[in-house]
Amino acid sequence: MDRFVWTSGLLEINETLVIQQRGVRIYDGEEKIKFDAGTLLLSTHRLIWRDQKNHECCMAILLSQIVFIEEQAAGIGKSAKIVVHLHPAPPNKEPGPFQSSKNSYIKLSFKEHGQIEFYRRLSEEMTQRRWENMPVSQSLQTNRGPQPGRIRAVGIVGIERKLEEKRKETDKNISEAFEDLSKLMIKTIRFKSYLLSMGIANPVTRETYGSGTQYHMQLAKQLAGILQVPLEERGGIMSLTEVYCLVNRARGMELLSPEDLVNACKMLEALKLPLRLRVFDSGVMVIELQSHKEEEMVASALETVSEKGSLTSEEFAKLVGMSVLLAKERLLLAEKMGHLCRDDSVEGLRFYPNLFMTQS
Amino acid sequence: MAMSFEWPLQPNVDTRQKQLAAWCSLVLSFCRLHKQSSMTVMEAQESPLFNNVKLQRKLPVESIQIVLEELRKKGNLEWLDKSKSSFLIMWRRPEEWGKLIYQWVSRSGQNNSVFTLYELTNGEDTEDEEFHGLDEATLLRALQALQQEHKAEIITVSDGRGVKFF
Repeated sequence: MDRFVWTSGLLEINETLVIQQRGVRIYDGEEKIKFDAGTLLLSTHRLIWRDQKNHECCMAILLSQIVFIEEQAAGIGKSAKIVVHLHPAPPNKEPGPFQSSKNSYIKLSFKEHGQIEFYRRLSEEMTQRRWENMPVSQSLQTNRGPQPGRIRAVGIVGIERKLEEKRKETDKNISEAFEDLSKLMIKTIRFKSYLLSMGIANPVTRETYGSGTQYHMQLAKQLAGILQVPLEERGGIMSLTEVYCLVNRARGMELLSPEDLVNACKMLEALKLPLRLRVFDSGVMVIELQSHKEEEMVASALETVSEKGSLTSEEFAKLVGMSVLLAKERLLLAEKMGHLCRDDSVEGLRFYPNLFMTQS
Repeated sequence: MAMSFEWPLQPNVDTRQKQLAAWCSLVLSFCRLHKQSSMTVMEAQESPLFNNVKLQRKLPVESIQIVLEELRKKGNLEWLDKSKSSFLIMWRRPEEWGKLIYQWVSRSGQNNSVFTLYELTNGEDTEDEEFHGLDEATLLRALQALQQEHKAEIITVSDGRGVKFF
């Protein structure tokens, strides 16, 4: 048990995590010691044990110190174990939990299972010996003499000072992480209340419903809810671009892609929702309330144009209070139905009442 | 013009039909009024027919071509050259003229008579007839139409051409 050194638990560059397992107890030889509940991590270079209750208590041994490993099957009331036989500790070893030990082996008891896989992975690492090919920082090297220029704190005081520094460092990291986390949480809470005010308690996401038809179906239903009032406010019709902007503003996070929006809208009619997707000849896509009858709007458009003699899309849009895009579509529909005819010149596209049809 | 003519073609099919018909009618009326039986396309472009000086709007030549083609299909126009630069315009179709002429011939009991082309269009006897003053090109086509129906035959006379009615 004296082979262990204290560590921050952070992996070095070139050191990769292979597997980890919670609920592992360490035995010094056959003896139970105070390290009874921790997370055991296997990296390409080390075996690291971190106390589950006190994360600052973290120690490691180098894989190069392992002579061989054995499995110990579980019994009645006994967890499965791995027995790890170790080389003697090098004289210049960094401080660890035990200065000395009479045992040259430790036992790892897997109280929450996972022994079989861990053993397999550990064997693999022992065979591959990847630590030999991937050099890491000098502090992990074994059997090295004192490094020149390095401050060597000597004796108990030195050891204690080092421990203290390590703890301060960890503390600082943890509190910084929590600071970011709390900032993120505030933002999330703000977003959530905004969503609630828009009537969306839980935005339909791909995570919840996966991709594909189910997702689009649910999305379609949510869209029907969001768009009802805005549609009514805009005379029963909106271009799909307007819908896209409105919906994504409401969602805040987990934005919809244009494809998802279109696919969901395609299902509106099939799901018998009170809105529908309509594609004009020009390719422009709109969402209409089922109650909206664009063909009827054409009659009133004709009246407006007749009153003014002739109108361009922009003039019409301004008069009626519509977007130019939708105004143009309405005039084009009126033309298609034979109520209006056009005058397309360098000055622009103008629509006139279709006297060709009404006057012989 | 009381109607608002839309210069390029209307996209709505029904409207376009009406639009073309209106243009054809205008061309024929204009030619009848100005007693113009033939024209070049260039003349047409600059004439008041397709060039509205007051509005400063001209019908683009592509549209003019479409109108002329429509007239040709209806039988009121014939291209005079392969390059389609000049045309014969007949406000009445040759068949219609032929009918009128034959009616006069029958009415006046002159079947089996022979006429010179000049007599038909400029003779005293035809002064009250609509075809009086008709241009030769149109007249010939009218007579050719009658010829097809075996009601007349174009013949050569001393100083030109003539026709015999049956």
